[in-house]
Amino acid sequence: MNIAEERAQAWREELRGSMKAKERSSIERVHMPELDATYRSHVRNEEVNLGLTPEQAVQEAKRCLDCANPTCMEGCPVGIYIPKFIKNIERGEFLQAAITLKETSALPAVCGRVCPQERQCESKCIHLKMNKESVAIGHLERFAADYERISGKISVPVCAPHNGIKIAVVGSGPAGLAFAGDMAKLGYEVVVFEALHEIGGVLKYGIPEFRLPNEIVDVEIHNLQAMGVHFITNCIVGKTISIQDLEDDGFKGVFVASGAGLPRFMDIKGENLVGIMSSNEYLTRVNLMDAANPDSDTPVYKGKKVAVIGGGNTAMDSIRTARRLGAEKAMIVYRRSEQEMPARLEEVKHAKEEGIEFLTLHNPIEYLGNEQGRVTHMMLQVMELGEPDASGRRSPVELPGVTKLVEVDEVVVSVGVSPNPLIPQSVKGLEVTKWGTVVVNQETMQSAVPIIFAGGDIVRGGATVILAMGDGRKAAKAMDEWIRK
Amino acid sequence: MNKIISKEYFSANVVKFEVEAPLIAKARKAGHFVIVRVGDKGERIPLTIADADLQKGTITLVIQKMGVSSSKVCALEVGEYITDMVGPLGKATHIENFGTVICACGGVGTAPMMPIVQALKNAGNKVITVLAARNKDLIILEEQMRNYSDEVIIMTDDGSSGNKGLVTTGVETVIQREKVDLCVTIGPAIMMKFVSKLTKQYEVPTLASLNTIMVDGTGMCGACRVSVGGKTKFVCVDGPEFDAHQVDFDEMLMRLGGYKEMEQEEMNKIINN
Ligand SMILES: Cc1cc2nc3c(=O)[nH]c(=O)nc-3n(C[C@H](O)[C@H](O)[C@H](O)COP(=O)(O)OP(=O)(O)OC[C@H]3O[C@@H](n4cnc5c(N)ncnc54)[C@H](O)[C@@H]3O)c2cc1C
Ligand code: FES
Repeated sequence: MNIAEERAQAWREELRGSMKAKERSSIERVHMPELDATYRSHVRNEEVNLGLTPEQAVQEAKRCLDCANPTCMEGCPVGIYIPKFIKNIERGEFLQAAITLKETSALPAVCGRVCPQERQCESKCIHLKMNKESVAIGHLERFAADYERISGKISVPVCAPHNGIKIAVVGSGPAGLAFAGDMAKLGYEVVVFEALHEIGGVLKYGIPEFRLPNEIVDVEIHNLQAMGVHFITNCIVGKTISIQDLEDDGFKGVFVASGAGLPRFMDIKGENLVGIMSSNEYLTRVNLMDAANPDSDTPVYKGKKVAVIGGGNTAMDSIRTARRLGAEKAMIVYRRSEQEMPARLEEVKHAKEEGIEFLTLHNPIEYLGNEQGRVTHMMLQVMELGEPDASGRRSPVELPGVTKLVEVDEVVVSVGVSPNPLIPQSVKGLEVTKWGTVVVNQETMQSAVPIIFAGGDIVRGGATVILAMGDGRKAAKAMDEWIRK
Repeated sequence: MNKIISKEYFSANVVKFEVEAPLIAKARKAGHFVIVRVGDKGERIPLTIADADLQKGTITLVIQKMGVSSSKVCALEVGEYITDMVGPLGKATHIENFGTVICACGGVGTAPMMPIVQALKNAGNKVITVLAARNKDLIILEEQMRNYSDEVIIMTDDGSSGNKGLVTTGVETVIQREKVDLCVTIGPAIMMKFVSKLTKQYEVPTLASLNTIMVDGTGMCGACRVSVGGKTKFVCVDGPEFDAHQVDFDEMLMRLGGYKEMEQEEMNKIINN
């Protein structure tokens, strides 16, 4: 059924007719219930957003006008059938809503929590044109996915009979997980190789528990295991085994989803002082190694005056983690203005509520330390927004001679990541851009080496969970077709 | 999960393990290391692969008890498992026939030096190993080193074995005696710093294998970063071996001290329990 046919179904017609559009659009957008800001800035592992109640969800679903031309779907990188799932919520068929989500998304409970909806689906909502707040699509997505999980009625997808063809996946982040799920459904024997001791990629080692509980990711992983997907941790493809080894072992296709795990630094004076680290190091210590737990052997600094450099989700996650570990002064240092911040709107809002200071239009130029080599101060260059560049974005320029010295005892550098070079370095013939990303055919995700397909951050550089997941699904479809030929 | 096949004490604080790891045994070369983790709450720590047995599918690790995590590894018995082990990591040592090579090692650096001495010897080099320790009881692997070295010079602080003096004294004697084409040094950062200083004076090319703090060991975090020739490098992927004369050892020493206080607290907790 196409979108129009779906929309023409009797139940949808009836539901649309049950309430006037005007009435629908006069309903106020729901507020996500959340933990109290003072309380939550001192607890490490409790999720901030508590989720909508069924009543709230149904009420919010009523706001959706079930447009004939649902522009929201254009805003979704994987084209989720948004009106269909929302209308299922409205009529109380929550499980049906979850099933609708899964037609296109492999990880709705995750995406409902971490997608930048205000820049995707919700930015295209008809309500915005009428000067109203958009439908809370992300909150509803999360509601439906959580409802299914908590109901215990998660459906393990029916898999086609085994075809005996072995497929390898490198990396267990969203791209790898989505790919593995689709290939298992098609009957392939899927083995996922993961370098770390935990499965989940950034979802586990990066995004903190207060934003995305591990439990949510684990449910997805268990589901894949129930479908017969095999996971091998502590195995680095390109080091422990080579792609050639995999081929010799009978693997007929390899999906590289190794992510963009390499932290960038700014190469400024004093950056190697003690107490200065990448957000990857900081978050890995806290999330993967549970370093803030007194029982854990892994140490982590618990700075009192912490600065995080950057304005993305990773930066917000780092500074909010620092706050939870006891930072009295917690600062975001970002060289552009708040408007240009790449972080999700909600993260910025939550950060502010938790008492995070925002030093926008500031850029570190040097760090100073004491005799033990521990960082004590950062020198910030004050910036202003210059003329718009070719892309229309106003880039920051230095205000000559205007600097500020700020006391810090811990600095987390979160200025972006580069693709993991392990695979590109270890495979001959793989085409790689000057940024280190793997070149693939955009339609099929196939690389210059035919048996290798790739997707997610290794192809895009640091991008998003939904794009990574979408790549995984696209690659699965294309690899299946390629193997059949 | 990697099973421990054998365990042998070199001294009260130095343990040699053979561990099941067929894939790593097959892929590893001299200079490579692994990251291991013991227990659910364990830390990820780097350990050099001292040797491998392809037939048995095992690798050899030599571990010196230092802090919490190395003690936990050393406490494991035959038949027990290392919770997680990943590798081989790092760049393999570049081995060729250089001519005459001094291998200067001490303390924790002795075990990782073993495979390098072997490989250098097999490549036809004249290998002179300078093995240093505080006293006689702390000298390990002397036998094994002798098997693969043309000469072994033992240096102890108190003269209880070999010659009295520091590793640098041994190295200098050799350099003054004959033409040396390369020096490789592994040991505590402070030791490598002084070996490097010495060989720089004599313009002997020198490689140091750095043992920085690590987390993932795959280039993902930057905990292991050092300055080499003024540029930041990640020891786990760009190293562990670097041109010693370019390494900023003072910065490295400072960074190594970063978690000392916390480590001490942890140790105290364990001792008091
Ligand atoms: C802190 C943080 C917060 C973020 N917040 C958001 C957000 O709110 N919303 C959003 O949409 N996106 C967010 N992102 C970005 C998003 O997480 C990534 O775009 C996404 O995870 C990429 O997925 P991936 O599958 O390509 O790679 P990853 O999730 O990076 O997974 C790659 C996996 O491959 C493994 N690997 C690498 N090399 C090898 C090898 N050679 N052999 C075996 N395994 C290997 C790695 O260990 C890793 O587990 C965030 C990122 C971070 C770091
Ligand atoms: S140990 Fe993390 S980058 Fe080297």
